[in-house]
Amino acid sequence: MKETLKKIQGTAQRVLSSIEHQEAPVLTFPIRSLSNVEYNEKEGYFKILNKVKERKLTANTIKTFAQTLLLMNESKKIIETDDIMTKREAYYVSKNWGDAKFNEQPESDAVMDDIEAMMRTQREQIGFIPEEDGGAVAGAITIIEKDPETGEDIEIDCTKFASGAYNIPNQVEGLKFKTNAKFVLAIETAGMFQRLVKHKYWKSANCILVSLKGVPSRATRRFIRKLADENKLDVFVFTDGDPYGYLNIYRTLKVGSGNAAHINEFFCVPNAKFIGVTPQDIIDYKLPTHPLKDIDIKRLKDGMKNDPFVKHHKEWEKALKQMATLKKRAEQQAFASHDLNYVISTYLPDKLKDHSKWLP
Amino acid sequence: MTTAAEQMAQKQRSISVAEFFSKNRHLLGFDNPRKSLLTTVKEAVDNALDACEEARILPEIIVEIIDMGTDRYRVIIEDNGPGIVKEQIPNIFARLLYGSKFHSMKMSRGQQGIGISAAVMYGQLTTGRPARITSITGKGKQAHYYELKIDTTTNTPQILKDDVVEWNKEHGTRIEIDLEAGYSKGATSVDAYLKQTAIANPHVTIIYTNPKAEQFIFPRVVEELPAEAQEVKPHPYGVELGLLMQMAHQTSSRTMSGFLQQEFSRVSSQVAKEILQKAGVLENAKPADLTREAAEKIIRAIKDTKIMAPPTDCIAPIGAEALKKGLKKEIKAEFYCATTRPPAVYRGSPFIIEVGLAYGGELKGDSVAKVYRFANRVPLQYQQGACASTAAITQTNFKSYGLQQSKGSLPVGPLAIAIHIASIWVPFTSESKEAIAHYDEIIKEMKLALQDAGRQLAKYVNKKKKLKGELQKRSYIEKYIPSVALAIKQILDLTDAQKAEIEERLKGIMESSRGEIKNIADTNEEYDEEFAKIGKEDEESSDDEDDEQ
Repeated sequence: MKETLKKIQGTAQRVLSSIEHQEAPVLTFPIRSLSNVEYNEKEGYFKILNKVKERKLTANTIKTFAQTLLLMNESKKIIETDDIMTKREAYYVSKNWGDAKFNEQPESDAVMDDIEAMMRTQREQIGFIPEEDGGAVAGAITIIEKDPETGEDIEIDCTKFASGAYNIPNQVEGLKFKTNAKFVLAIETAGMFQRLVKHKYWKSANCILVSLKGVPSRATRRFIRKLADENKLDVFVFTDGDPYGYLNIYRTLKVGSGNAAHINEFFCVPNAKFIGVTPQDIIDYKLPTHPLKDIDIKRLKDGMKNDPFVKHHKEWEKALKQMATLKKRAEQQAFASHDLNYVISTYLPDKLKDHSKWLP
Repeated sequence: MTTAAEQMAQKQRSISVAEFFSKNRHLLGFDNPRKSLLTTVKEAVDNALDACEEARILPEIIVEIIDMGTDRYRVIIEDNGPGIVKEQIPNIFARLLYGSKFHSMKMSRGQQGIGISAAVMYGQLTTGRPARITSITGKGKQAHYYELKIDTTTNTPQILKDDVVEWNKEHGTRIEIDLEAGYSKGATSVDAYLKQTAIANPHVTIIYTNPKAEQFIFPRVVEELPAEAQEVKPHPYGVELGLLMQMAHQTSSRTMSGFLQQEFSRVSSQVAKEILQKAGVLENAKPADLTREAAEKIIRAIKDTKIMAPPTDCIAPIGAEALKKGLKKEIKAEFYCATTRPPAVYRGSPFIIEVGLAYGGELKGDSVAKVYRFANRVPLQYQQGACASTAAITQTNFKSYGLQQSKGSLPVGPLAIAIHIASIWVPFTSESKEAIAHYDEIIKEMKLALQDAGRQLAKYVNKKKKLKGELQKRSYIEKYIPSVALAIKQILDLTDAQKAEIEERLKGIMESSRGEIKNIADTNEEYDEEFAKIGKEDEESSDDEDDEQ
C-alpha cells in the first residue's frame, strides 16, 4: 500500500515537473489488449509486452487527464484511511468533481483500469474493488477467514452446506485453506453446479466444486489459483461446447486476458485443463446441438487468427477448426438427453480417466 | 413656312404629353402624397448631382422640406452646380421631355427630361403655385430668379416672374416647389432615399432638414469625383429601325458607309462594308434616300456581323472600395466585401454590375436579407419584387455561402446586399424608375457579381466556423484546467498559491500549443449610429402604406 502511495505521488510529481518546464504533461499506460501480450509457455500465462499509450495533455484529452489525476487522488485518500471503494462508488464519488465528473460508469471503469495498469498493481492494492459477484464454492474444503472486527480466524467448512455454497469474496488474498481433495472442478453454469452439489458429486470424486458463473471474476480466478498453488491441486474446467466457453471462460481463467494484461500474472491458473465439452465430445456423445451464431463464428476465426494461446496449442487450433467445420455448438446440460445424471454417472468419470481427451 | 395644319399638329402633340402625364401621374411616381414628396426631392437631387458631376464640381446639396400645414409642403433643393443659362431655365423646369440627356449616350441619373418638370407640374396642379428657380453660372454673373408654371395645353413654360436678384453664391441652382404631399419616415421615405444616395455617392455632401426640423448632414467621405463618364455614340447592336432611319435622315454624311462609321461606335470602314454588303446596300448610297426595306436589311445585317463591344468609358462604377465604405456607414456588421464586374453589354448598351455584402454583427440572423438597389447611383426604393436584381438574388444559391434559403426566395440570415447597375441606358420597367427590367444579360451579370461576392463571404463564414470550433476547444480546456491543478495539489499536498501557479502555467502551455487567436471580423470605424437609424423608424407603418399602392 505504501508503495502504491509512492507511485501515485511519483506520477503527480512527474506531471507537475513537466508543467514547471512549460511542457505538456504526459501520462503513460501499458496497452491492455491481446496485441500487447505474449503467451509465456514457461510460466503458463499471458505476459504483458512493452507497448504503451501516452495520454498527452491536449484539448481532446484534458477531461480524461483531469479525471485520471482526480481518481488517483481518491485512491490516495482511501489508502491513507485504509478504506475501499467499489467501481460504482468511484463513479458516484466523481459527482463532487464539478465539470470533470463521469457521466457514465463505463467511463470511470476505463479510467480505473488505466490507473491500475499504470501503477502496474492489482486494483485491490489501490483501494478499488470490483462490484462483480464472485463464484460459488462447495465440496471438500474448509476456508479460514479473519473476522474483520476481532481479527480471529473463522473456519468455514464447505461440506456443511446442504444445498447452498460459499461465496468467494472480493478480496481473497488473506484466505487460508484446509483440504484433502484431489482436484478442483470449475464449472461454467450455476445449473450444472447445482446438480453436482445436489448429488454430492464432490464426495464421490473427492473434489472441490467452483461455479464460475460465466467468465470468472478476478476474485474467482485468484481463489482457484491460490487453491491450486497452496494445496498442489489439479484444476479441471467444464464449460459449454462453444467458442465463448473455450476462448472467454477457459482461456481467461487459464492464462488471463488482453484487457487485464497487466495483472494476468496474479489472475491466471496455468495448470488448468479443459475436460469439455469439446467438439469431439459433441460427436462422440451424439449431443443435441444448436447451429453456431454469427458472433460464434467471428469469435472462432478471431481466436485462430489472433489469440496467442490458441496459436501456441495445436490441439486448440484443431478443436476450433473442428467446431468451425461442424458449425454446431452444445451446452453442458445437453448430456441430460441421455439421462439427467449422465454427467455424474458416465461423462465426468470417463473423461477424468482418459487424459487423451483433455485439452491443454 | 409652316401651315396652320402643321402648327396644329405640333400643338396637339404637345397637349397630349402634358395632359397625358397630368392624368397618369402614377407613371412618373406621383401615385400618392407620400411618394410625390419623395419623387420631387429625388428628381431635383438627381438633376443637381448630374449637373455637378458633368461640370466636375464636388456636389454639395441642401435639401429642405417645410411643413406648410394642410398636407402642403415646400421642397427646397439647392446645389453648387454650374448653374443654368438664363434662356434655358424656363424650358428645363417648365417643359416636359426637354433635356440634354435623352439623346446622349452617357451614363447619368436622369434620362428622359421628364422628372423635374413633372414635379413642377404636380406642384402647380395640387397647390396652384408656381415653381421658384434661382440660378447663377459664375462669379460676376447675375443671379436670375424665375417663377414658372407649365401651360399644360401647349407644354410650354409660363413665366410669371423674371428677375435679377442678389445671391451670395458663386454658382449653383435653387428650386422651390410647393406641393400637396405626405411625410413619414421609414424605408421608402425621403430620409431613406437621401441616406442611400449618400451610400452610393460617397463624394457628395448633403445637408438635409426634414419637415420635423431635424437636420442631418451626410458628409463627403471620398474627396474625388467618380471618373467622368464619356459620351459615346450608339452601338449598332442597340439600334432599332425607327432610330436608324431618323439618324440616316439627319446625318451630315453623304454616303451610307460614312454614315455608319460616323454615327455609330465600333464601326470601321471594314465593318461598314461588311454590313452594307450583307444588306445589299451600296456603300455610296445617300443616307437620306434610305428606305424602310433597306433599313430593315441593314438591321438584320448588323445582327449577322461581328462588331466589337461598345467602349465602356461611358460608365463609371461606384467602385468596390467606395461601395464597401458606404455599407460600413449604414450597417454594423462584422464582414464586408464588394465586387465590380467587368463591363458587359445588352442591346448595344454597356453596363457594369456591382455588388456589396455586409454580414453578421447587428444584422438579424433570422430574417430575410436586406436588399439595397441602385441604378446609376440612384437608390431604388419601390417595387423590389419586380426588379431584375431580386430575380438575380433569388436565383443565386446562397446556401453554399453559409446562409439559409428556400427555393426561389431571398436568402435568410444576417446579410445585407447592395446591388448597383451602372449603364448609359438603364432599362427600367416604368417611367418612375423603380425596378430594372429582366434582361437575361443583366440578370446573368448580377448573378456572377453575387457569386463573386458570395465566395468571399463563404471564406469568411468558414473561417468564422473554424474559429468558433477553436474557441469552443479553448473554453473546454479552460474548463478542466482547474480540475487538473486541484488533483495535483491534493496528491502532493501543495498550497493554494502553488495550485494557482499550476493553472497559470497550464494555460500558457495550452495557449502556446494552439497559437494566438486573431480577430477575423472587420473593424468598422465608418459606422455611424445616427446615420444607420435613418429610414429604419416606423418601418412597419411604412410597409403598410406600400401595401395600399
